[in-house]
Amino acid sequence: MKLTRKFLGATAATALFAGTALADPAMVYDLGGKFDKSFNEAAYGGAERWAEETGGSYRDLEMQSEAQREQALRRLAESGSNPIVMTGFAFMSVLEQIAPDYPDTTFTIIDGVVDAPNVRSVVFTEHEGSFLVGMLAGMASETGTVGFVGGMDIPLIRRFACGYAQGVMAANPDANVIVNYTGSTPAAWNDPVRGGEITSAQISQGADVVFAAAGGTGVGVLQTATDAGILSIGVDSNQNHMHPGHILTSMLKRVDNAVYEAFTEGAEMETGVHVMDLAAGGVGWALDEHNEGLITAEMHEAVDAAEAAIVSGETVVHDYMSDNSCPISVN
Amino acid sequence: MDIATLVQILDSTLRLATPLLFACLAGLVSERAGIFDIGLEGKLLIAAFFSAAYAHYSGSAWVGLGAGVLASVVFALLHGVASITFRGNQLISGVAINFLAAGMTVVVAQSWFRQGGRTPSLTGDARFQRLELPFAEALRDVPLVGQVYSQILSGHSILVYLGLAMVPTVWYVLYRTRFGLRLRAVGENPAAVDTAGVSVVGLRYIAVIIAGVLCGIGGAYLATSLSAGFVKDMSAGRGFIALAAMIFAKWRPWHALGAVLLFGMLEAVANRYPSLDLGFVVLPGQFMAALPYILTVVILAGFVGRAIPPRAGGAPYVKER
Repeated sequence: MKLTRKFLGATAATALFAGTALADPAMVYDLGGKFDKSFNEAAYGGAERWAEETGGSYRDLEMQSEAQREQALRRLAESGSNPIVMTGFAFMSVLEQIAPDYPDTTFTIIDGVVDAPNVRSVVFTEHEGSFLVGMLAGMASETGTVGFVGGMDIPLIRRFACGYAQGVMAANPDANVIVNYTGSTPAAWNDPVRGGEITSAQISQGADVVFAAAGGTGVGVLQTATDAGILSIGVDSNQNHMHPGHILTSMLKRVDNAVYEAFTEGAEMETGVHVMDLAAGGVGWALDEHNEGLITAEMHEAVDAAEAAIVSGETVVHDYMSDNSCPISVN
Repeated sequence: MDIATLVQILDSTLRLATPLLFACLAGLVSERAGIFDIGLEGKLLIAAFFSAAYAHYSGSAWVGLGAGVLASVVFALLHGVASITFRGNQLISGVAINFLAAGMTVVVAQSWFRQGGRTPSLTGDARFQRLELPFAEALRDVPLVGQVYSQILSGHSILVYLGLAMVPTVWYVLYRTRFGLRLRAVGENPAAVDTAGVSVVGLRYIAVIIAGVLCGIGGAYLATSLSAGFVKDMSAGRGFIALAAMIFAKWRPWHALGAVLLFGMLEAVANRYPSLDLGFVVLPGQFMAALPYILTVVILAGFVGRAIPPRAGGAPYVKER
């Protein structure tokens, strides 16, 4: 009996040591999944870049259901992972509760703000990036009607929609912006069939450029737009390569940089709110060999000018989340 | 609402109703033979995955369709073995099919393609292309008839027409053939069929396999025609909507067509009008999205007349000794 207890004690001590000695960073992906070709995949790209450059290793987890969030974070914190980076606003309420329980662990949440001494909250100014791609859409559209397909109907996605609409109007004040959301549950991030049908509906209303801010649903949007011969705009990651010559551009949200920085700075990182805005290179638009034929010199110049104006503060893009309303009525 | 909008909504209705139609007819055949089939959703999903995977490997949508049907039939047989041979609970076996499909598709997809539970995007012949019906172009400008024919009926994938053709086929088989009579009898009074010297077990297996084939085509349509490839959980509850449509139709093929078109239209309208302005009240998007489910509850509560299932449905047949 005594011997067993001693053995048990020894194993526990080793396990504890192993835990603290590891202190590898950890990455938790939201429901869309690691390879959503968009938001989470950008985070994965950042983590991989860190692993490649430093030769370090990290743990990662994909959420399968809402109920797993708390369990996953506690499991990682208890096994000694530090820092723990998570993607998605949906982690906010869970993190608020568990961050005080693990004061020695540093957490980073992307797309949400949690007020705790050991949490870094990274937020992006999606409205600024969306404004730029909105300008491109407004200039590329021949019918004067452009579309927006959002994923789940939440304020964050409305921020994309509102910034996009402002950009379209800046390029073409007579333009018409059609806004649709795929649904009001997390299933809306993974329904390409519905995304495709919404796109068809927008095309029948005259849209000839469609911006998809909808995670995995966006795959269906881009596909339908390509099949119908109109232009589309990708989101978060650079999605231009998915249908070369048919995707006007992608609104980049440098989630990869946020993850890379968090991993590099490690557990001693500076906590608090980090705003990744246009000036800091947190958002932007993608130009590569797949879409260079679609962007005219005139469009390029106009967007560059707008970018400079936003960075200097001359142009202020309204943020939907600041007052839950949009100056441009989007239906 | 102008004509162009109406045409677009009806066009979209037909596309969205087709997977429901296949699943609905599958459930109908199975339940008419006395085997409750909650596993429609799982069969759609597994067929969607295997059709996308093999369409990607072979570059042919038809090979994909074959693989999808085969996978769906395997799952149907699993259901059959559990609920016919081993006389297990048919509802539980169906639920197991759904869970198995939801988990297995993602795991296999990850191990085959390493793209996080999705298949690569399908292009060219790996997808079913839109089919222009004959004379569609010539009739385009004829009022009404031409518009209905060339803009709503024409321009879909071949599987849509196959689905529409399945309705009279299933009706004919069920109501005008000896096999159909026996199939229906096995769902109402298996003992009588057994007394007549016909194998109850055999008939029920055939019904379950037919259901597997139909679900397989529906799943292949989702992955290789409506979208271009598989993503996890892409059936998105369509198997359950089909189940509701089947009850709404009171287990009759022609009524099933009407029911799935109604559900398809609700979804198409919700896609077209995120919030519907009826003049005196504005229906919010959430309401529009919930409408199929509200309708299901209304239907199941018996507001459209009693829906009486086949009498022997859900009960495993035990031969008297």
